Amino acid sequence: MELYTLIPVLPLAAFWINILFGRHYIKDNAHWISVPAVVASWVIALITLSDVLGGKVFNQDIYQWIVSDGFKVSVGFLVDPLTAVMLIVVTTVSSLVHIYSVGYMHKDPGYYRFFAYLSLFTFSMLMLVMANNFLQMYFGWEAVGLCSYFLIGFWYQKKSASDAAKKAFIVNRFGDFGFGLGVILIFLTLGTLHYAPVFGSIGSVAGQTLNILGTEVDLITLIALLLFCGAVGKSAQIPLHVWLPDAMEGPTPVSALIHAATMVTAGVFMVARCAPIFSLSPTTMAVVAVVGGVTAIFAGTIALVQNDIKRIIAYSTVSQLGYMFLACGVGAFGAGIFHLYTHAFFKALLFLGAGSVMHAMSGEVNIQKMGGLKKYMPWTYWTFLLASLSIAGIPGFAGFFSKDEILWQAYAAGPLGKFVWVLGAITALLTAFYSFRIIYLAFHGKFRGTEEQKHHLHESPKSMTLPLVLLAVGAVAAGWVGIPPLLGGTIGIEHSDKFGAFLAPVVGHPHASVHTHAEEWAVMGLSVLLAISGILAARYCYLKNPELPVKIGEKFKFAYRVLWNKYYVDELYDCIIVKPTFWVARNIIVGITDGKIIEGVVNGVPAAIGRFSESFRKIQTGFTHHYAMVMAFGLLAIAIAVFFF
Amino acid sequence: MEQELASTLSYPILSTVIFLPVAVAALMLFINRANTGAIKWTALIASLATFVLSLPLFTSFDKSTYKMQFSEFHEWIPAFNINYAIGVDGISVLFVLLSTLITITCVLVSWNAIKEKTKEFYISILLIEGAMIGVFCSLDFFLFYIFWEAMLIPMFLLIGVWGGPNRIYASIKFFLYTLVGSVLMLVGIIVLYLYAGKTFDILTLSSLNYPLKMQLWLFWAFFAAFAVKVPMFPVHTWLPDAHTEAPTAGSVILAAILIKMGAYGFLRFSLPMFPDAAVAMTPAMMTLSVIAIIYGAVVCFAQTDLKRLIAYSSVSHMGFVTLGIFAMNVQGLEGGILQMINHGVITGALFLAVGIIYEQTHSRQISDYGGAATVVPVYAAFFMVLTLAAIGLPGLNGFVGEFLIILGGFAAKKWAGVLAATGVIIGAGYMLWLYQNIFFQELNPKIAELKDLNGREFLTLIPLIVLIFWIGVYPNAFLSFMHVSVQHLIDRVGMGTQPEAVASLLSFIR
Repeated sequence: MELYTLIPVLPLAAFWINILFGRHYIKDNAHWISVPAVVASWVIALITLSDVLGGKVFNQDIYQWIVSDGFKVSVGFLVDPLTAVMLIVVTTVSSLVHIYSVGYMHKDPGYYRFFAYLSLFTFSMLMLVMANNFLQMYFGWEAVGLCSYFLIGFWYQKKSASDAAKKAFIVNRFGDFGFGLGVILIFLTLGTLHYAPVFGSIGSVAGQTLNILGTEVDLITLIALLLFCGAVGKSAQIPLHVWLPDAMEGPTPVSALIHAATMVTAGVFMVARCAPIFSLSPTTMAVVAVVGGVTAIFAGTIALVQNDIKRIIAYSTVSQLGYMFLACGVGAFGAGIFHLYTHAFFKALLFLGAGSVMHAMSGEVNIQKMGGLKKYMPWTYWTFLLASLSIAGIPGFAGFFSKDEILWQAYAAGPLGKFVWVLGAITALLTAFYSFRIIYLAFHGKFRGTEEQKHHLHESPKSMTLPLVLLAVGAVAAGWVGIPPLLGGTIGIEHSDKFGAFLAPVVGHPHASVHTHAEEWAVMGLSVLLAISGILAARYCYLKNPELPVKIGEKFKFAYRVLWNKYYVDELYDCIIVKPTFWVARNIIVGITDGKIIEGVVNGVPAAIGRFSESFRKIQTGFTHHYAMVMAFGLLAIAIAVFFF
Repeated sequence: MEQELASTLSYPILSTVIFLPVAVAALMLFINRANTGAIKWTALIASLATFVLSLPLFTSFDKSTYKMQFSEFHEWIPAFNINYAIGVDGISVLFVLLSTLITITCVLVSWNAIKEKTKEFYISILLIEGAMIGVFCSLDFFLFYIFWEAMLIPMFLLIGVWGGPNRIYASIKFFLYTLVGSVLMLVGIIVLYLYAGKTFDILTLSSLNYPLKMQLWLFWAFFAAFAVKVPMFPVHTWLPDAHTEAPTAGSVILAAILIKMGAYGFLRFSLPMFPDAAVAMTPAMMTLSVIAIIYGAVVCFAQTDLKRLIAYSSVSHMGFVTLGIFAMNVQGLEGGILQMINHGVITGALFLAVGIIYEQTHSRQISDYGGAATVVPVYAAFFMVLTLAAIGLPGLNGFVGEFLIILGGFAAKKWAGVLAATGVIIGAGYMLWLYQNIFFQELNPKIAELKDLNGREFLTLIPLIVLIFWIGVYPNAFLSFMHVSVQHLIDRVGMGTQPEAVASLLSFIR
């Protein structure tokens, strides 16, 4: 048994200890179980990373999970460069969020439960990224969804929280429907679900087709699209993005860990993991790129007008995930994972910063009611600012390198790439704008909350600010492992940075066409220009001319209403899915088929028999003269019959 | 009898587990009816003893053969060539174990709930246990039919005497529904008996070849009995009424064991005896299964009664089982058999859980609950595990069965696999909706005084919870029982007897 198997086992053990003994015995000491377990996992993950950097790859089965004839699936672990990156992301953010929660969830009656779920989540996520086969990935996939359900609905007494939890689970099930069928199709095509043989032999079925309702569909395209359905659900892309903003009902550390840094990026991870499949289907790649690009700009526009600090960051997450898919779609899987990795730091930091603000504001989330917080919470402010500079793509910060890499790869990837590059570039402008809208509205200007809130304003405890500072280091420096060759980061492999070169054995190189350095400089310059314009525009609107946004909103009332109501997607789904389901259940099934037709026959036949015998019984009156008369008539009838026929 | 292996144990294990409960039931006639303590303890000890005595079936079962094991054979009525022949194979053995386990939980959950006619109640439970196990062990059609019908009577009493307000309607509906089906099966059995030269031997009858036309007629005659039991769409409407009105123990036995007998009948009789007809009817059977999956799931959204909702969800889950069976490949069949066990465990436990809470609230209306997680956290946690198992969360038992069935279904007919998978989405919808309305949101003042699980209730649920995790994490411990028997069954069906005739029939249907 290798050391790395402990990485998921430790958090699992912490979960069981806390959930079984937390309520009566451990209570407020729950973090003493969970934090050491997760930090230990982090340490082992670092050791694993250094092993992998040294060129090792682990692939080992632990035991056979399900065996049915030719269907054999194990529980087993694969640790290659892609997994190693994910291990670092997951255990780092998870450790910091665990520590942060010690302060944030202090005195919550469900303290032990919270830590139990966080640890269970960490276990599940690690199982997902360490799986060496599709079914175990599916296990992790569903298990992280379950933890997300538990944690979104952590304050289950609130109807909105339990609604949001349920919604997240069910919307994800729509995606998993596709994912599950994709997994089944892989097995039926290749006879195995383990990565190594699947990726090794998927090329052999290229060109095969499957007949669906009379049309021949390319088999690999179908598999890839089905898998992508799962990614769309988990990573909240159009049209299954609706659950993520509502998921903000959960405690803020949850939003940082699950709904920003790790779980929602599982879709990107899955697409990158399946790069050997996706790369064989240009159709699917185009779909991935377009879904990603459109989601990026779509969510970015919604984020412009929202006032709930967590929801703005949530839409920002949807938008940034769109970037990652955009990258995968143009073949730059490495760039997608690079952005996943930098995003984990700055987005977790943004959420934890927002949590720190809410902690000080007694749970207030409306940025219109904040202002001037810079003075009261300097640590929170400065770290939040660094994260915002990072996400906006200011040179030198982590977000700059990964975003630039994506935009450049898109630009360099042909006509479709140019199209999604335009979407991505506009999104870069939007991102900078809404990110700094938060900065200016919440941290600058005058305080606009109540006197009581003002009285309570305070910087958060050390257990909360320490993770902020550590994440800020990541938000600034995480990108330095992937400095593009253009800026001198080359390690001898052409067109590849260190990070990309590390992942290349798993996800391959993008097939960029030849472009000049001048173009590369231009693309980079443009995105920096857009980022700075976004920041300046936010400054102009929210710091210098606070009445301007109101005026714009009034002038473009329709557009504002549409954005404020998130393009009415929730309302649409309510009309075409939720309401019809209940209506059919009540009025068609209970009302007609079960109620009238089937039960009509079931109750009707015995009733008819009853009525029939009821009337027949009347013949038997019990009077002798009646019987005598019937007999006489009978004889007469027989006599007539005999005579005449 | 070359197809059977005698028991290697020191006691006739199958006869023991069939007749021990019956014998104890007879002895209980002599206990004073006022002495309810003695009655309850006798029943509990009897069910525990039966369970313990049945355990060698798990440990000593030979997984390398499809032949009947632990067999017993005695002549009974030689004039009609009727014998007392029993035995189990990889398809039936797990159901015997499930029956002995479920009976214990039924006794435990009724401990305080049944206050009237206690003696008759526990006698009925023990009689049902014996008859149920008899059904799964019988290798003689006559014997099988006796157990099959014998089970109905105490079940009818259970609903009719200890049931809810509408119990008379429900019990008569249950009785007539199943009787109509059974009578057609009886005709089928007699036809087989005469055709095969006067034998009721199930193994002999399963190895003969019948003309296709005869197979078709008999398939539908047996279908009538089995489809009602499963229950398949459209003959499912007795189930919600029976479940809702039955006392907790009755619902548990119905859900966990009784409705499995329909699916068991398909496996034991319809497939091996009428392979050509079964193959020819596959499209129809899969269609009905898929309808049951979706129809049974959607209708749950309209339910206001807790037990009724779970009853309808059984229609959906049993749709998965029949889909797996009629996919007629290894994954489908093994998934189907495992899902029968899973559904027995999960839905049995769900009814136990509902019964436990009903004892305190005397309400089955979902709207009478809300926020229960605050007052009964342990109960809420148990119910959560059951909910998650029911919606097929990987790592719990429901997933393994459903996944294999969808895989098998997809391999057989793509549309069936795809449509069945939608049932997984809808299932998550109604179960989470139910859970939210009972356990989440603000505390409903009506249940503010609820007490959490006591020791007895905890012990009632925990064995089933353990099984849920066990099967979910290491299903091979159970799947390994089935491999050889399922393969044997597939060989029998696959060989067929008149492939050309079936092919022409199938093309006609299409």
